[in-house]
Amino acid sequence: MTTTLKQIGAFSSPPRVGLFVTCLVDAMRPSVGFATLKLLRDAGCRVEVPDAQTCCGQPAFNSGDTADAAVLARHFIETFEGYDYVVAPSGSCVGMTRAHYAEALADDPAWAERARRLGERTYELMSFLVDVMHFAPADVKLDTSFTYHDSCSGLRELGVHDQPRALLDKVSGLTLKPLEGNDVCCGFGGTFCVKYPAISNAVVGEKADAIDRSGASLLLGGDLGCLMNMAGKLKRKGSSVRSFHAAEVLAGMAGGPAIGEER
Amino acid sequence: MQEATLSFKARAKEALADPTLKIAIDRTTGTAERKRAVAMTQFPQFEAARERGKRIKDHVIANLDHYLLEFERNAIASGAKVHWARTAEEASQIVVRLCKEAGAKRVTRVKSMLGEEIGLPHALDEAGIERVETDLAEHIVQLGGDRPSHIVWPSMHRTREQVSEMFKRLHRAPHQEETIEAMVDSARRELRDKFLTADVSISGANFLLADTGATCTVTNEGNAELTTTPPRVHIVTAGIEKLVPSMGHAIAMLRLLVRSATGADVTQYTTFHCGPKQTGDRDGPEEFHIVLVDNGRTRMLREGMKDMLRCIRCGACMNHCVVFRQLGGHVYGGTYPGPMGAVLTPVFDGLESSRDLPHACTMNGKCQEVCPVAIPLPTLLRGWRDRSWREGLEPATVRFGLGIHTFVASRPRLYRLGTAIAIRVMRLFSRGGLVKGMPGLGAWTAYREFPAPAKRTFMEMYKDQEKGQ
Repeated sequence: MTTTLKQIGAFSSPPRVGLFVTCLVDAMRPSVGFATLKLLRDAGCRVEVPDAQTCCGQPAFNSGDTADAAVLARHFIETFEGYDYVVAPSGSCVGMTRAHYAEALADDPAWAERARRLGERTYELMSFLVDVMHFAPADVKLDTSFTYHDSCSGLRELGVHDQPRALLDKVSGLTLKPLEGNDVCCGFGGTFCVKYPAISNAVVGEKADAIDRSGASLLLGGDLGCLMNMAGKLKRKGSSVRSFHAAEVLAGMAGGPAIGEER
Repeated sequence: MQEATLSFKARAKEALADPTLKIAIDRTTGTAERKRAVAMTQFPQFEAARERGKRIKDHVIANLDHYLLEFERNAIASGAKVHWARTAEEASQIVVRLCKEAGAKRVTRVKSMLGEEIGLPHALDEAGIERVETDLAEHIVQLGGDRPSHIVWPSMHRTREQVSEMFKRLHRAPHQEETIEAMVDSARRELRDKFLTADVSISGANFLLADTGATCTVTNEGNAELTTTPPRVHIVTAGIEKLVPSMGHAIAMLRLLVRSATGADVTQYTTFHCGPKQTGDRDGPEEFHIVLVDNGRTRMLREGMKDMLRCIRCGACMNHCVVFRQLGGHVYGGTYPGPMGAVLTPVFDGLESSRDLPHACTMNGKCQEVCPVAIPLPTLLRGWRDRSWREGLEPATVRFGLGIHTFVASRPRLYRLGTAIAIRVMRLFSRGGLVKGMPGLGAWTAYREFPAPAKRTFMEMYKDQEKGQ
């Protein structure tokens, strides 16, 4: 039996959560979005998916294009600031909103303040489920082993480390095989991986070798960008490790094709 | 130099194709990372020490004028001569002039990254003064005729096997046995008499102590002590950010420096120099000069980069950097490699020639996490990207691409349509769950597979579900 904050009376009514699916999940892997939706609803949230959402602006910001990043930051704030919480299945996009919107909007104190206030209510999915909703998945079963890559933005900007492990620990039949260098960057880095593809390849090559050495059947993580990078390298080297977003496993939706498999 | 003429990407390509270099990098950075990790488990007060270290440096940098004058006053009182240099050229010219005034034919030099920064090895060579590098790794760099590739382990780019071969070829009485000890002995035989016959010694400083006018140098080989004691003249070159108020502050910084750099509790040798030989002293230099170097530091203070002036040159950021660990130090093209080098090189060499450095970073934040003075390196690197964008140094394709992206992404309906079309185009190139041979994806697919997108976007599917309910 799952206990949620709603059931213990912490919320007088279910929190209204705006789901930011992220541009990558929207375009590349909708199943991560549906898994997120299910987990949030199971945790007792009233989830809405605002139609106006697009991209958080991180590619522009990290390219030094602060003005364009500010345009998209304002758009994001306008789209989401009416919700109690904003949740996304990505540490990277949430890191952008929580840690960097105020920088992108530094020239405009009123907007920077709105960014800061929204940032306080914006969460990466797994930290939201654990830290805010005190949720644990119930009746999810998956007989296999997995290894976990801690994506850098989630880990270092948001402190996401224990939460995915605590959640995955509740999936019966699923065992963790530790990943050597689990906190070392996979070499994705957003636009870095296409601006400096040879360097990115050398980094993800070492990561893929470490994943293989873990002996796990599945690679899980919380950021689709990093997962596509690692899954792409694993596929290229002929590894049998299959890659999923942790949300898909937690929602009991890992029965279908893994990242890079025919669907 | 060949390196200077090749682009960053071309240098990176060469480094990535060199398996021996990778072995050398992995050995050094791997050992450094492991030893630091062990040191941290035995240093539970690290966070507090780091906060204190940060505060000390921030305080000094905020009051630089006060401490510089206090240092100068006390250094002069101790008998030292203090020289001020605005630029790298001024600094190296002052040192060369002092060497010439001392009638120096041979100078011994203690490893100093500031010396590299101001181009001192080159300036001494140009002036026809025999330069003897006494740090073992710098000796290897000098024998090899190349540049340091790491700020703590300058010859990191060479394996011990390569060094052994070089010693056998170039030393007067090389080692016979293939052991580290025998190789060190070979270097000792090569260098010993030069220590004792040099006219001038040149060292850097890890700290400048304002309240006494003393300089502090740390080494693990003892070469700083032996280098600076016999010659008649000792010249110290130091960046103005090396100031600390007093000995106690220097020790607080030292605790952070040593553990972050080598994982040791304390350096083998920690030496304080204060003025020339005094009456009654048994040894020491008759003349003691201190060259205080700005070279862009006050500009960093003015231009929003004061956080970088906290840097104590421990090398932890590069030891933990995924990019540095693939490339080594030479690819960065400047005096300082790795994350700290990517922040500093544009200051010294200009952004136009070094714009790749702040971009060739995944922004993973590990460097900031391990930095003993909490320098926000990713933020500073992004600051350079921002400036590069504003100064129009970014490629037109990137500017155009991001412009279009923002135009579309700030118009949700257009964005929905664009995404829906994009995934359908991608699916035309998809086979077996992977996108194959699609124009524009080459940078990705040259090295790894690109997973095919779903048939429809999340938003399309979600709207249908909502309608159905």
